Amino acid sequence: MAGICELLPGFLCKFPAFSDASVRGARKVIDDGFKGLVREYVNLIDAMVQPLQWFLNYLERLFVSSPWPIILIIMVAIVYFGSRNMKITIGTALSMFAIGLLGLWNDTMVTLAMVTVCTMIAIVVGIPIGILMARSDRVQGIINPILDVMQTMPSFVYLIPVVMIFGIGKVPGLIAVVIYAVPPMIRLTNLGIRLVDKEVLEAADAFGSSGWQKLKNVQMPLALPTIMAGINQTIMMSLAMVVVASMVGVGGLGKNVLQAINNQFFTVGFLNGFALVAIAIIFDRTSQAYGKRLQKHSEVIHG
Amino acid sequence: MVSHAIEVRNLYKIFGPRGGDYVDQVKNGLGKAELNEKYGHVLGLRDINISMPAGGIMVVMGLSGSGKSTLIRHINRLIDPTAGEVLYDGVDVCKMNENDLREFRRHKTAMVFQKFALLPHRTVLENTVYGLEIQGVGQEEREKRARQWIARVGLSGFENHYPNQLSGGMQQRVGLARALTNDADILLMDEAYSALDPLIRVDMQTVLLDLQKELKKTVVFITHDLDEALRLGDKIAILRDGMVVQQGTGQEIVLNPADEYITAFVKEVNRGRVVNVETIMAPLSGNPEGMPIAKGTVLEVAARAMTAVNQTLAHVVDETGKPVGAISLSAIISSMVTPTSHEAKAA
Repeated sequence: MAGICELLPGFLCKFPAFSDASVRGARKVIDDGFKGLVREYVNLIDAMVQPLQWFLNYLERLFVSSPWPIILIIMVAIVYFGSRNMKITIGTALSMFAIGLLGLWNDTMVTLAMVTVCTMIAIVVGIPIGILMARSDRVQGIINPILDVMQTMPSFVYLIPVVMIFGIGKVPGLIAVVIYAVPPMIRLTNLGIRLVDKEVLEAADAFGSSGWQKLKNVQMPLALPTIMAGINQTIMMSLAMVVVASMVGVGGLGKNVLQAINNQFFTVGFLNGFALVAIAIIFDRTSQAYGKRLQKHSEVIHG
Repeated sequence: MVSHAIEVRNLYKIFGPRGGDYVDQVKNGLGKAELNEKYGHVLGLRDINISMPAGGIMVVMGLSGSGKSTLIRHINRLIDPTAGEVLYDGVDVCKMNENDLREFRRHKTAMVFQKFALLPHRTVLENTVYGLEIQGVGQEEREKRARQWIARVGLSGFENHYPNQLSGGMQQRVGLARALTNDADILLMDEAYSALDPLIRVDMQTVLLDLQKELKKTVVFITHDLDEALRLGDKIAILRDGMVVQQGTGQEIVLNPADEYITAFVKEVNRGRVVNVETIMAPLSGNPEGMPIAKGTVLEVAARAMTAVNQTLAHVVDETGKPVGAISLSAIISSMVTPTSHEAKAA
């Protein structure tokens, strides 16, 4: 190959990049500009995320400081009434017991609080955006590429601006997790609404439904199975991201995993990993069984 | 509640992004194929003029692609026309603003769909109250009214079933109950019975005819089945390629088909159930002979009555019992079989 290059003009062999100096200059301008912007609005940003901080702290304290039997009973009850499935319920009780015996109870509670808040925020943010996307092709055209970026950008990369804006701590971790976990919520809400049977919508129109009545009576209920799948995905992605978010100061199981990686603590790493897996499976089975139960009407087919 | 007539006037529908630009050309004779080829627009309806009788059943008949489903969707404006008017009680539906249109749909029209279009997550009762719920009627009142109509269409005891648990015929009864519960003047039925088995279809036709006797709504019924059209229609319009080919009573269409297309259609029709005795009766000569038969009786019924008592002659009487004409069994039978002229025409 070198032989060909000798015969050609230089710019065809080595890609003609901007000079190092100009790239460095541009980088500096952008970084400084961003930092300046953040410094200027630091009070406003802090005020905006303050409610999140309170909520997260409150939930975390509640989970950690309540006596463990109460939490366990509440969890098992939620799982039972959500899934109405004895197998899932017993599995939940057993895995929570194992987590407790291994000394991971408090860390698990911290992670649970984090994932709960993240999922709630993702739902509150994701569903309205999904609805907007479903109503307009233009909005869909704008938001879809943004979601693509959010999903493919390595999560470590957007930790950088998040840390620059919000600093180190739980809230930046929370925001990073939400950014990572919200796309499936938005996408599946959009998809669910767009897949609603056109004829049923036409019937709703023919009876004089307003836009809100159509959304409330027809589109949301019929999109619910897809939306439930979105919630399920969001929970799973939050759990996965909690580990990465521990890099910016989120506590719980993720922090233990991070420490295990740094110190090559094989057993600690896997135990914490399995605790995360256990929570993930509990959430997944419960939310899926609940979603299926909501769709009971579609299962009994006239024979 | 008095239902009014629906007047459709000079209605055009051209599908495509710039349909309005081609209306004048279509009015000047641009054809459907040409419009599609040259400009990529589809001619849906062309110069439709129909006056739909108040309190009667108007049947719009045509094969698929004839524009009949497009036409019915103009009456509650699920589809916006490119040009023309749809008048109900002196108001042009096509010119209503969004609010008026919503109120019109809520209170004046109710629709039954070919594929039922029920809400799968709602029970029969919850589906039936849908129209009233949208109007803001209180729960107790709307459920009371809904239960009454569920009973009328023969679904008592199924109130808490989901649509998926019912057969097609039963689902369409729910569709009918949902429309009737609205208590609207206009009942729009878009191929409502086309997806049903023949026997259930006849059954549902009977339900509609029985209800219509007391309700006297303005019904617009879309079908591709001529037998259904003849059985139900006080007036029938036949659509082809977005144009009205012929309109009139069933008898008029069967006896005087406007062109070969309709001739081919009516060839297979059971005339005995369409043609009335007064259409074929001879003038009364001398005293009325044989048994009396009421005006408006169809030939099949008359023939059955005459053969039952073994008579070959009868006379037709009007509402007051006055004899108005004479009729013989052989005349009835020769009118019931398809005349050769029609077969020749169709062939």
